[in-house]
Amino acid sequence: ARTSSSLTTGITAIFTKRKLDAATLEELEDVLIQADLGLDTAMRITETLRRDRFDKEISDEEVRAVLAAEVEKVLAPHAVPLTIDPAKKPHVVLVVGVNGTGKTTTIGKLSAELTRAGRSVILCAGDTFRAAAIDQLRIWGGRVGAPVIAREPGADAAGLAFDALKQARDEGRDVLIIDTAGRLQNKAELMAELEKIVRVLKKQDPEAPHSVLLTLDATTGQNALNQVEIFGRVAGVTGLVMTKLDGTARGGILVAIAAKFKLPIHYIGVGEGIDDLEPFDAADFAKAIAGLER
Amino acid sequence: MFESLSERLSGILDKLTRRGALTEEDVNAAMREVRRALLEADVALDVVRSFTDKVRARAVGQEVIRSVTPGQQVIKIVHDTLVDMLGSDARPIDLEAPAPVAIMMVGLQGSGKTTTTAKIGLRLTARSRRKVLLASLDTRRPAAQEQLRVLGAQNDVDTLPIVAGQSPTQIAERAMTAGRLGGYDVVILDTAGRIHIDEQLMLEMAEIKRVAKPHEILLVADALTGQDAVNLAKSFDERVGLTGIVLTRMDGDGRGGAALSMRAVTGKPIKLIGVGEKADALEDFDPARIAGRILGMGDIVALVERA
Ligand SMILES: Nc1nc2c(ncn2[C@@H]2O[C@H](COP(=O)(O)OP(=O)(O)OP(=O)(O)O)[C@@H](O)[C@H]2O)c(=O)[nH]1
Ligand SMILES: Nc1nc2c(ncn2[C@@H]2O[C@H](COP(=O)(O)OP(=O)(O)OP(=O)(O)O)[C@@H](O)[C@H]2O)c(=O)[nH]1
Ligand SMILES: [Mg+2]
Ligand SMILES: [Mg+2]
Repeated sequence: ARTSSSLTTGITAIFTKRKLDAATLEELEDVLIQADLGLDTAMRITETLRRDRFDKEISDEEVRAVLAAEVEKVLAPHAVPLTIDPAKKPHVVLVVGVNGTGKTTTIGKLSAELTRAGRSVILCAGDTFRAAAIDQLRIWGGRVGAPVIAREPGADAAGLAFDALKQARDEGRDVLIIDTAGRLQNKAELMAELEKIVRVLKKQDPEAPHSVLLTLDATTGQNALNQVEIFGRVAGVTGLVMTKLDGTARGGILVAIAAKFKLPIHYIGVGEGIDDLEPFDAADFAKAIAGLER
Repeated sequence: MFESLSERLSGILDKLTRRGALTEEDVNAAMREVRRALLEADVALDVVRSFTDKVRARAVGQEVIRSVTPGQQVIKIVHDTLVDMLGSDARPIDLEAPAPVAIMMVGLQGSGKTTTTAKIGLRLTARSRRKVLLASLDTRRPAAQEQLRVLGAQNDVDTLPIVAGQSPTQIAERAMTAGRLGGYDVVILDTAGRIHIDEQLMLEMAEIKRVAKPHEILLVADALTGQDAVNLAKSFDERVGLTGIVLTRMDGDGRGGAALSMRAVTGKPIKLIGVGEKADALEDFDPARIAGRILGMGDIVALVERA
């Protein structure tokens, strides 16, 4: 990838210097900033390096490894797989996020994974707003062999979610995954609508939704912090999925998010295909940020 | 959320009781705060550097005029430089070419291409009284063609009939033929989202361009984009030759630093901004407004008028 190669050259250039001095640390900070960690997080991590290694002779490989290790330290406690409670019939997964971040596609990929693991999955086309959003989910449902509960475009999403939970219960499904319309977190009215979906689900099952997944686009910069904060507050996000990591964006904002919100990070999206969902691996992710081979 | 840049700069500079010209020392202290503000707004690091260099060159030695404080004086210079770099010239979509004029939309997955295609279609139909045909060349994303068809129908803009099994370039050819035969003024080609390191899809994009000979090639990019803005804008420009940029999701609470990054790295004008999901949520680009937003200052205009 382009960024990782530019990171690599950046760090290689650093290594002609050999000593971890102030200038080198500043360049490392730049590497982190360019991976979207944000200024404060980048400074905090380079500060740790300064404290532990300042003025030590250190090899090219080593500095990258140390950088990756610092990033990994922040992320590792939050690399937690998504668990589906087999006692719940169904375990309800609500998928939320900003427009175009990859909710519907992630639902398709996740359904495939769960279906392969032998669970019976049913989907709910809760995006009744965007043109052809229902058709899009139906096509994914067809690919994975999961039925899709839908209503006409424009229908009330909360009412639909309520009925979907009822149907999934009646049918004894293992998992119900509810798609929602994309929304920007600063739109109060749309966020209230999301709150309502959560509220009506609780009427039937006080513990539902059991998982609320927020999709974050890896190309997003500092605004992802606001996304996590507000979706977290309104919809009770229980875990994160970072999509589009197959591009050159490193998604470093996840490091700042992990430090601040301490939410589980479940998966990463690495393409548009059905198999392009991987468990989040803190070591791999940190290596990519530091420009080391994954 | 952040202390605004004006507060920070006033905090640093207005302690200086002496008046007169800004010294290099004053300006350097101020530039550290400017750097921080721009990075928080997601301006790409390299662009931040060239920007602060420019401001430094302009600011050192400047007389502080009586009506403002040194902090305000620097902010005005920062703001003006930002507006210059964003491009103070409004550039609408150019339709000065033989009909049907093709407009090609490109960008990363989910950036807002299809929505923007419909928005531009509506604007050219309603405001400019053009006869517009929309065509989806996205044969990959589930229901992408259907999405554009629905948007066209909702807004009374014609869409090219969907024919299953055609490749994107075949659809492009068919769209241009339909444009000619149907007496359309404009044909807008919505393409599939692609990541700029996907070689096969980048080649496909170039092939579509060869077939349709678009007069405008617009990069549709998310205003919430972080540091990767430079990579993506540069790659799309290199591979297909952009004529302009559309920034979507400006209705969010992002600071929109990607605007500066993409403009600086490609030199291509930002033509339009998307400010909502509905078809009429499209506005002309206003550099002064975006500059204020990148700097985290709503009150910038009043301040600048005083200085
Ligand atoms: N390259 C890449 N593309 C992805 C990934 N995940 C999703 N996409 C693409 O991103 C675009 C948007 O994905 P969707 O799943 O429709 O996103 P959404 O959040 O449901 O969008 P809205 O419902 O419109 O808010 C589509 O073109 C997807 O194919 C990923 O991990 N990598
Ligand atoms: N709030 C807001 N949402 C927008 C804007 N532009 C597009 N969207 C939304 O962003 C999501 C993705 O938009 P699309 O037009 O499908 O994006 P695309 O680039 O065509 O996506 P792919 O074809 O999958 O690559 C949809 O939910 C749109 O409603 C905007 O300016 N503001
Ligand atoms: Mg969706
Ligand atoms: Mg599209």
